Amino acid sequence: MSEFPWDALRGGMLLGLSAALLLVMNGRIAGISGILSGLLKPQKGEFGWRATFILGMVIASLLAPMLGFELPLDLPVASIPMVVLAGLLVGIGTKLGNGCTSGHGICGMGRLSKRSIIATCVFMVSAIATTFVRLHI
Amino acid sequence: MLIQTILSSAMFTRLITLIAGVLFGLGMMISGMVDPVNVIGFLDITGDWNPSLMFVMGGALMVFMPIYFLVVRRLDKPVCDNEFKITTNNTVDPKLLTGATLFGIGWGIAGVCPGPAVTSLSGGNLAIVAFTLSMLIGFFIVVRIESRHENVG
Repeated sequence: MSEFPWDALRGGMLLGLSAALLLVMNGRIAGISGILSGLLKPQKGEFGWRATFILGMVIASLLAPMLGFELPLDLPVASIPMVVLAGLLVGIGTKLGNGCTSGHGICGMGRLSKRSIIATCVFMVSAIATTFVRLHI
Repeated sequence: MLIQTILSSAMFTRLITLIAGVLFGLGMMISGMVDPVNVIGFLDITGDWNPSLMFVMGGALMVFMPIYFLVVRRLDKPVCDNEFKITTNNTVDPKLLTGATLFGIGWGIAGVCPGPAVTSLSGGNLAIVAFTLSMLIGFFIVVRIESRHENVG
């Protein structure tokens, strides 16, 4: 019997807190795909806060080791071409679908948005199916 | 009046955004979502199943939902800005379904999605950099197709 995933729960709670803070204070949704893609052709007043948020995320990755949390040494997917394909699909998919695991999965589902609940179910099933095909076929 | 001035000042707003970003990044690191092994372990339901991602989502919703329903829904506007920028789009259309499906496939291939990718950039891992660049290209492709669509239509 493995241990209860406390770090996963705590980390998740921090994500929820971050999203809540951004929404209450700045009125914005903490969906990383949206925050990033909004940097591409930024409308007026849309660049600064996005860049700041992302900077915060990067700073966190440098602070976390002090708390004992490191970045993984390597990624399981072997080849760069596969990684590029994955990135393209994630980019296209999240832009078309207007959201990702944080945008739809946390903020959207958290608002009980029908659109986000369905999007989350679809991308979860899709990811699970892809993983099954990749690992077991 | 002074409190109002501070709360709506650009510097304070920017500071809050930075703090929110740091909290998000910490959440990514502490939850283990920056390690694709954990993500794929969750997605691999017929294999040696790792339920961690479920607890990450659960933890996030456990905090977000009460604050959304008890605080956000009662506010006319956010504390530091003039209006909430939340989409009112509630349609489930082919674009959404296609997008979610494609995103799922990409996520399933590498076990990486936007949040972990950005958080991991400081590590300088080639695969993460390649993923992030490809993701940006993916955004760009959709933006181009959509603007061309708008011009033709």
